[in-house]
Amino acid sequence: MIEVESLYKSFDGVQVLKGVSFKVGQGEVLALIGRSGYGKSVLLKHLAGLLKPDQGRVLLDGRAIGSLQGRALAQLRARLGFLFQGGALFDSMTLFDNVAFPLREKTKKNEREIEERVLYELNEVDLIGSENKFPAQVSGGMQKRVALARALIQEPEMMLFDEPTTGLDPLTGQTILKLIDACHQRLKFTGIIVTHEIPRIFAIVDRVALLHDGLIQFEGTPDDIRGSRDPLVKEFLEGNK
Amino acid sequence: MLTVTRKMGRFGLKKELRLGRMGVFLGKSFFYLLTPPLKLRLLLKQIDFIGYQSLPIIFLTGAFTGMVLAFQGFLSLSRVGSEAFLGPLVGVALITEMGPVISALMVTGRAGSSITAEIGIMRNSEQIDAIKLMGLNPYRYLVVPNLLAMMLCLPLLAAIFDVVGIYGGYLIGGKLLGLSSGTYFGEMAAQVDYKDILNGLFKSLNFGVIIAWICCFKGYYTGIFTGQGAKGVSQSTTQAVVMACVLILVWDYFLTSTRLFS
Repeated sequence: MIEVESLYKSFDGVQVLKGVSFKVGQGEVLALIGRSGYGKSVLLKHLAGLLKPDQGRVLLDGRAIGSLQGRALAQLRARLGFLFQGGALFDSMTLFDNVAFPLREKTKKNEREIEERVLYELNEVDLIGSENKFPAQVSGGMQKRVALARALIQEPEMMLFDEPTTGLDPLTGQTILKLIDACHQRLKFTGIIVTHEIPRIFAIVDRVALLHDGLIQFEGTPDDIRGSRDPLVKEFLEGNK
Repeated sequence: MLTVTRKMGRFGLKKELRLGRMGVFLGKSFFYLLTPPLKLRLLLKQIDFIGYQSLPIIFLTGAFTGMVLAFQGFLSLSRVGSEAFLGPLVGVALITEMGPVISALMVTGRAGSSITAEIGIMRNSEQIDAIKLMGLNPYRYLVVPNLLAMMLCLPLLAAIFDVVGIYGGYLIGGKLLGLSSGTYFGEMAAQVDYKDILNGLFKSLNFGVIIAWICCFKGYYTGIFTGQGAKGVSQSTTQAVVMACVLILVWDYFLTSTRLFS
């Protein structure tokens, strides 16, 4: 379970988050939508403990990530997967080595077991045959799929997706969303997807939250948001038609 | 007036924060260096990059430094009729000063700048965050291998620089200006103390720490203490090279004035 309690954050005097609170239940997937530059990615980085809030806290399965350090933080993060907007693949490594990296560094699996596991994950994201290429040699969509395979290789209990389809053509974007859904069916993780993919995202999430002006302005199911009469929600949805 | 004072105070606090971060960064680097696990494969890769691949530039600069020293030294010594002391002059100057300092400056320009740029790009493209989110410690992958490789390679590179420089000096003093090899090397052996060698190697070890510290720090904090994107990486790289070179020269003065092994 992911809980955010009254989160405040400002940068150089600009208040980005003004008391954000919400919960994501076990095995649930929440879509976090909102205008660009309104703090969605900042919020996501707080959830991963990459940024410290000015006030408030983030609880992952009841543990406040902001107050953890060292081994305790590393252990909690090991249960968390994060798909970065740009993929954040290690550009000096092949796609295979990128996906294998967490297993090599964090487990005692032998090379044969690692190879089996990596090829399985690469097969899941339809990348068999490209494993010896470097990130710079493949398309943005392929990079996203590799990043997804790397994020999922340790079978995380919680997954955070930072705009997984940004910069991709609609077909590739749809493929990525389908992959995320398939991975959720397989691993049953608790997830948050920061996205602009409206309305396509509604098909694969349980709930939707709209972040605007530093606060969650709306929270509900995809059907709730479609039926909402809130002018802000309507304006946002219509702007995405 | 109050605004000016406030601005000065803010500037002072910013600088203090940065210095504090640098100190903590160095402390953490040594802590992770002294505690397992050590990433051996990365260490060997950095030894190859910092040490082995720096050899051509060390040979070249070492040879020419020795040759220039011999030329200038011979001209100065011949005015007082002491050409016989050319060997000790070249030897002591290279072993205690020129070798450690110039080799460190060369490594800063060749390897240090590259380390800053690489880590800076990793910061920009969120690769460092990715390492953290895997529950791993970025210091062990990005800082410790560079620090240890610098500490191992710099004294060796300086020693090679010294030897090549001494032979470069002999080429000029002996082969061109007519000094016998017995005079050049014999006087050098008599005058150069093993403490000079220890002082030179100790300086190189210090410079290795300085280069790794500054260059890794500047790369690691790209986008935080410098601008974002490509400009941030370029600013970090420039700052790293300038700061490391200045610090090497300042620290060299302190090490020379204290002479630990004397």
